[in-house]
Amino acid sequence: MSYLAYQFKDVPVGFRKLLFLNWPVVFLITAVSGFGFLMLYSVAGGSMNPWVTPQVQRFGLGLAVMVSMAMVPIWFWRNMAVVGYVIALILLVAVDIVGVERNGSQRWLDLRFMDFQPSEMMKITLIMLLAAYYDWLPLSKVSKPVWILVPLLFIAAPAYLVLSQPDLGTTILLVSGGGAIMFLAGVHWAYFATVIGGVIGLVTAVFQSRGTGWQVLKDYQYRRIDTFLDPTQDPLGAGYHITQAKIALGSGGWTGRGYMQGTQSRLNFLPEKHTDFIFTTLAEEFGFIGAFGLLILYALIIIFCVQSAVTNKDRFASLITMGVAVTFFLFFSVNMAMVMGLAPVVGVPLPLVSYGGSAMLVLMVAFGLVQSAHVHKPR
Amino acid sequence: MKKGPKETEEGARRLSRRAILLGSAQAAIVATLGARMASMQVDQADTFRMLAEENRINIGLIPPARGLVYDINGVVLADNEQHYSITMTREGAGDVDEVLARLDRIIALDPERLEKARGELKARSPFVPVTVAERISWEDVARVTVNAPALPGVVAELGRSRIYPQGSDMAHVVGYVGPVSDYDLSQIDDQDPLLQIPRFQIGKTMVENRMERDLRGSAGTKRVEVNAAGRVMRELDRVEGIPGADVQLTVDAKLQNYIQARLSGESAAAVVIDVTNGDVVGIGSAPSYDPNVFVTGISTTLWNELNERDVDVQLHRRPLAAKTVQGTYPPGSTFKMVTALAALEDGQIDADETVRCVGHADVFDVRFHCWRRSGHGNMNLNESLKQSCDIYYYDIAQRVGIDKIAAMGRKLGLGERHELPMSAIRTGIMPDKAWKREARGEDWRIGDTVNASIGQGYVSSSPLQLAVMTARIATGRSVKPRLVRSIDGVEEPSGAGESLGLNENNLRRIRSAMYDVSNHSRGTAYRTRIAAQEFRMAGKTGTSQVRRITQAERDAGVTRNADLPWNRRDHALFVSFAPADNPKYAVAVVVEHGGGGSTAAAPIARDVMLQALYGGTPPLSAYPSASRSAIAAQQRRLEPLLREIRPGRDTDEA
Repeated sequence: MSYLAYQFKDVPVGFRKLLFLNWPVVFLITAVSGFGFLMLYSVAGGSMNPWVTPQVQRFGLGLAVMVSMAMVPIWFWRNMAVVGYVIALILLVAVDIVGVERNGSQRWLDLRFMDFQPSEMMKITLIMLLAAYYDWLPLSKVSKPVWILVPLLFIAAPAYLVLSQPDLGTTILLVSGGGAIMFLAGVHWAYFATVIGGVIGLVTAVFQSRGTGWQVLKDYQYRRIDTFLDPTQDPLGAGYHITQAKIALGSGGWTGRGYMQGTQSRLNFLPEKHTDFIFTTLAEEFGFIGAFGLLILYALIIIFCVQSAVTNKDRFASLITMGVAVTFFLFFSVNMAMVMGLAPVVGVPLPLVSYGGSAMLVLMVAFGLVQSAHVHKPR
Repeated sequence: MKKGPKETEEGARRLSRRAILLGSAQAAIVATLGARMASMQVDQADTFRMLAEENRINIGLIPPARGLVYDINGVVLADNEQHYSITMTREGAGDVDEVLARLDRIIALDPERLEKARGELKARSPFVPVTVAERISWEDVARVTVNAPALPGVVAELGRSRIYPQGSDMAHVVGYVGPVSDYDLSQIDDQDPLLQIPRFQIGKTMVENRMERDLRGSAGTKRVEVNAAGRVMRELDRVEGIPGADVQLTVDAKLQNYIQARLSGESAAAVVIDVTNGDVVGIGSAPSYDPNVFVTGISTTLWNELNERDVDVQLHRRPLAAKTVQGTYPPGSTFKMVTALAALEDGQIDADETVRCVGHADVFDVRFHCWRRSGHGNMNLNESLKQSCDIYYYDIAQRVGIDKIAAMGRKLGLGERHELPMSAIRTGIMPDKAWKREARGEDWRIGDTVNASIGQGYVSSSPLQLAVMTARIATGRSVKPRLVRSIDGVEEPSGAGESLGLNENNLRRIRSAMYDVSNHSRGTAYRTRIAAQEFRMAGKTGTSQVRRITQAERDAGVTRNADLPWNRRDHALFVSFAPADNPKYAVAVVVEHGGGGSTAAAPIARDVMLQALYGGTPPLSAYPSASRSAIAAQQRRLEPLLREIRPGRDTDEA
């Protein structure tokens, strides 16, 4: 739908737009972030430094960014999709060439005043581009192979660049987020069945061939996969963290050990306790009630987004809202599954709670798009 | 693209359908996560709480015992010594600075060490023990143990450290170990978790370094339960590591001890090879250093001293360099066997054919000199080698050509890297036409051949290569040097080698000329012969210039070596094998800036050879009667430098 088709009189103008924000989502985001501040205060040993103060500042900045973005009509963001994607792609290539290396992976650009991670930007711009693409593409062509190849390339290019950094977690988020948009846009389900079936078949073949004459991978490659899937096989490396994380989480019980009373995180048994593993501290200190409560808050955010998407008649707005919701969902579900020992450790932060500036800002930008879509709904 | 309203509506409906479908899938996943939370936090809460509250699982590495290094008779060259050290973990200590301060009050800590430990405690994982003090006394161990409640996370541990009982004798062979550094980690592609242990000892040079994989062994692990205070409650399970393999070298510690003593005061190298199997039984380099100082951490003063920081670079004697393999020298006249053998094998000369030496020869318009300015007269092969006439070799070399000489040199092991487990082994240069074009970008000149014929010019070789060359001449086989006799009791292949395919008559002529060098009254090494009938020695002297003698200098009369500054004096060389009729050992000696081969190198080679043949101090009767009194004095002088070396480890412990 072109913006000319909007009935302008029904779209709020000026500060009246504020009234039309998706307020439940705003409150939920604030609540989750507040949970995050509490936990960062706790893992710092009851101190605003070094994590809480910057995190609060970034949240404030993020909130402002989100509201400002909500004020801008959604068709403007759609028109920005291609430009944004191209810029993000160029930056990803730049990272590959002149990026800063840390802990063995090259993900950052040194912007003097801060380190910028283009793969974070790509998470949003990829969704935007795909949503714009399917907004433009007539439904009759959606399932034509040629028209499927195009979005696949849009996904594959950044996915390849990010994977080579290497950053497996972000790659998974990009591919699944992109795939979700394609699914929502109405690509024939047979394609998804084929891809999923193909992946399952390939994985089975790789594992079935082990020990036979036509073994696909080398022995040591199998061993690496083994430790990746089951870290307890490597008790000195990844297994140590997972074991400690599970102990911390499980020992929380129903009500937890009380705020700032978690011994596991206190005694430095936990790795990355302010970033990827922060959920374990939360679960230890607030117990099942706290952990499940956070899960409910996350689920509510998703529900409100889906509700907003389903009731929005603008295809781009609807797709972008769902896309952000799916990415957000992947964030927290992969992180939680990881620290609970249900998924391999891939390095995905807990959204809005884990300490980290660019992740927080990117999420707020994403929700800015969701809010803009909500405010500028055709009524 | 233009879309009809119908299509738009259908798109919206499909989107809603799929959005709800996707939402349901997400709901299912959320339910799974919730169920997992409930199972862990509600159902299994007691189990986890017990693990968390009373017991925590800690995983530690058990470093394996490093393999020992023995000499050929079972004398220990590198041993593991037990000692106590104090370690500390960050997670155990809690307040690291406070605990360190308390520890410092109980036992005095080395401030430099303390600073290092503090950095490591910050950088490493919280559960990795960091060594705070090493080699502490039993009293200090007791003090720490008594004060344990005030020192959380601090543990006194029985550790092992490397010790080299032979001291400086074996430094240039066995090398030393030291704590693994970040530089080491960046250089080696090794995932061994042992390397993550701070200050883990790895081989830094020589055998310790080159045989690291055999010597290190692999790590064991132990899982222990610790309580909230960090105290170990019980060990859950333990997987023992595999100790490193023991390595037995071919070197004889007793002979090596003698070599180092005999070389002391010189800047020199000596190599002894058992020609029957290639075993390197002695490989000494002087000056040397005590490898034990590197294990405990070397002081800056000593480090500067070993690197001769305060010494004029011209007078460097390089105690850290193993000159046996890392030093290359022009072989000088010891190379003449190569030239002669190449000429004989090529059929260019007859052994009885003579060349007239008048003290110099003109090759085109350049004049080349013999070391004896008055000339030797008519020289055949035997006489030329015996008296080391240069003119003879200038002549025959031009007839054979450099390429065939170089081929012979390589056949005899020159210009070839002999793969011993030692560090920075140098290949030397066995030049030919192709080499010069490649390395210098110039064409080979006839003058180069003349220089090369007497082992000068571009030719350079290490003492090890000279010993191999001599062993190959003595046996006619391609003897391969071997330094490792066995690894974990499994013997390494012998280095006896295949036949070189040289004409036995030609070899015999060379050997008999070498015999005369040392046993004929006109031979250059006659004064340093072996008198014992059954151990007669064959050899060849060499004196190689390190400077060019100008015409002006020659006119003024060549300066005597003793009048030159040390670093401009000639290198002295001697190669030999004995017994001459049934060779057992080949010896090569190079004395840097020693002057003449016959005066500086030959006596050392002779003494080392006798020591090897007799397996200890030889009787005076083995020496020519004229030198016996001087030898007796020398033996008395060396006596205090020789140590009693007890063979076998078992007797050592008994």
